[in-house]
Amino acid sequence: MSPETAAVSKTKGANKVGPRHRVRLMLTCLCDIYFGEVGIATVRVLEHMGCEVLFDRDQTCCGQPPFNAGDWASARQVSGLTMRSLLEAEDPVVTPSASCAAMVREGYPVLYEGLQHPQIFELGEFLVHHMKIKEWPVTTKKAPADRRVAFHRACHGRGIGLTNEQEILVGSLPWVHLVRFKQGEQCCGFGGSFSITHNSISAGIGMEKLHSIIDSGAEEIVSGDMGCLMHLSGLIKKNKLPLKTRHFAELLAEAIGE
Amino acid sequence: MSKQDIALPSVERRARKIDRETIDSVRAATIKAADARVTGLASLFDDVAAARTQAAQVKAYVLDNMAGLLSQLEMKCRLNGVTVHWARDAESARKVIQEICAASAPAGSTIVKAKSMVSEEIHLNEHLIKAGFNVVETDLGEFVVQIDHDTPSHIIAPIIHKNRRQVARSFEREGLGPYTESPEQLASQARRHLRERFKEAKIGISGVNFAIAESGRLVLVENEGNSRLSTTAPDTHIAVMGLEKLLPTEADLPLFLKLLSGSATGQRLTVYTHLISGPRRRDESDGPLSVHLVILDNGRTKILNGPYREILRCIRCGACANVCPVYRQSSGHAYDHVYNGPIGAVLAPALEGVAALPDLAKASSLCGACEEVCPVKIPIPRMLLQLRSEAVRTGALQEALPWAIFTFGATSGFRWRAGLKLLPMSKMASHPLKKGWTEYREMPAKEGRDFRKWWNGRP
Repeated sequence: MSPETAAVSKTKGANKVGPRHRVRLMLTCLCDIYFGEVGIATVRVLEHMGCEVLFDRDQTCCGQPPFNAGDWASARQVSGLTMRSLLEAEDPVVTPSASCAAMVREGYPVLYEGLQHPQIFELGEFLVHHMKIKEWPVTTKKAPADRRVAFHRACHGRGIGLTNEQEILVGSLPWVHLVRFKQGEQCCGFGGSFSITHNSISAGIGMEKLHSIIDSGAEEIVSGDMGCLMHLSGLIKKNKLPLKTRHFAELLAEAIGE
Repeated sequence: MSKQDIALPSVERRARKIDRETIDSVRAATIKAADARVTGLASLFDDVAAARTQAAQVKAYVLDNMAGLLSQLEMKCRLNGVTVHWARDAESARKVIQEICAASAPAGSTIVKAKSMVSEEIHLNEHLIKAGFNVVETDLGEFVVQIDHDTPSHIIAPIIHKNRRQVARSFEREGLGPYTESPEQLASQARRHLRERFKEAKIGISGVNFAIAESGRLVLVENEGNSRLSTTAPDTHIAVMGLEKLLPTEADLPLFLKLLSGSATGQRLTVYTHLISGPRRRDESDGPLSVHLVILDNGRTKILNGPYREILRCIRCGACANVCPVYRQSSGHAYDHVYNGPIGAVLAPALEGVAALPDLAKASSLCGACEEVCPVKIPIPRMLLQLRSEAVRTGALQEALPWAIFTFGATSGFRWRAGLKLLPMSKMASHPLKKGWTEYREMPAKEGRDFRKWWNGRP
């Protein structure tokens, strides 16, 4: 960690539950730009589990957008900053996105030959495999209303070997009833810039998913990636569909209470 | 980049012209095939993942020992009485096949063809028809494609884009029999028509699913029996194969037969499996008098020595297309290439060069479903990324999105934070890219609290 980074990092969080871990948060550009609540929920969830969370204000984006677009020169420049701001320290990096975690862990070794897979973990992966949490410790006094939830697994979880970690945590909440839906494993159609360049195909794939979720009787789509949810929620609003979207960290944070 | 509109990439442009009925046919059929694959493979293997790993290793061995295995195959084929021809490219393959045909039968003769993607790759039919032969596709799907002047839209299910009502109309139009929507009756109409073609055919042309270097045996799998008739009824059989279709030994075959049928259709074994060891022997009463094997390079050696080498492991099962969300929403025709779906998005530009097909690799959300089902574990998403990178690096593709601006902002914490403050009033609101998003979706809006403000304001 550079001295400059140390100066801007703040250390917060009391040891509430479980062993003490120090982690660095990779906020992700989408949560930085649009979805601050997801970042806030992620910090609260980690702190609830006794983690000390560091946030480096100099972080920007993991570089996946230009990487996927084929502009690897730009991707190297952008990822360079993430390497300096997050990966040089000893502490593991945790991020509320399987997609960004996959970019850093699997994409960076493509950009930088010889690079060992960096120590970065998707939030659910970190909670289940490193904090050994099987059931989310609910502490709120005000239990939210019961609801039927369709869990969408972000495809990039495949890239880091993620399976049902996030669902285990969400499914352990007493007011959440997970419902299965047809073609549940299929991609939502987002795909980053693909959603703009191949937009009719992307939207077609997304609508296919939304209709199958509506057919399942779910009221809410929960996922671990804001890319998927931004795309799905854009389709939901445009088509005035009776569905809400939320990141699973928000559901976990809701169960902590004030 | 025009301020008004960004030119649509090729697959998106073509997908927009494909009607809903077609997409629904494709979706229903691919979902069915993908489900059948899961059940089929589970009934064939105790450990599907281990079988795929083993198959990937065998194919990797083939690629590592290509030259030696090919000369072994050639030697064994010659000992078996099969004449081997080498074709550098599509043109030389067409030429050598036409020469064999001309030497075997008079002009105007009927050539029956078993389904073969490599013959599509070299556009063989048009060439032989121009040379005066009566070329007849005998696989039911390919037959429909031929009478409709269409092109196959799936590696193993050429008319996956058609429903039976469309087939019924085509058969009625061609006078094959009275209009019927019964699949059994349609099949029997085609069978009656094709049986006459088999009887009159002088030459049969087929592809090759596996060529075994150890024995020189050519292996073909099929479900309709037309390959058997095409390769045994006429006096001359010409088999065409891409040079990667090799298997080292006979012992490798069971694994690959099971993986191919299981991955493609979920069958435990195809209805017919042909092991062709050469022409009719002295003591045999039927079979072709001469068998020719045409081994095609057509860009494969170049692929073998380049970054897309692993694509040559492909055994053409089509499982990647069946699970691909993009294929399901756009059909094979949107790719406008013999090889379509995820495998085509890599193989087509790898064969023809990124300059010729610069944006095909962009037609993917990179979801990774293809790699997960591939029986030989080809890292398709990684290759799509490499192709995109090559296209941008070589200037074959003008990248539509303004990465320079993004990169400028995302390479400094200071500029990034300044950008976050400016974003709400930026000109993004009128950028042509916005249309790409908002044509089908609402723009995202900042929701709830800002993370940085919250973080900085914590006690």
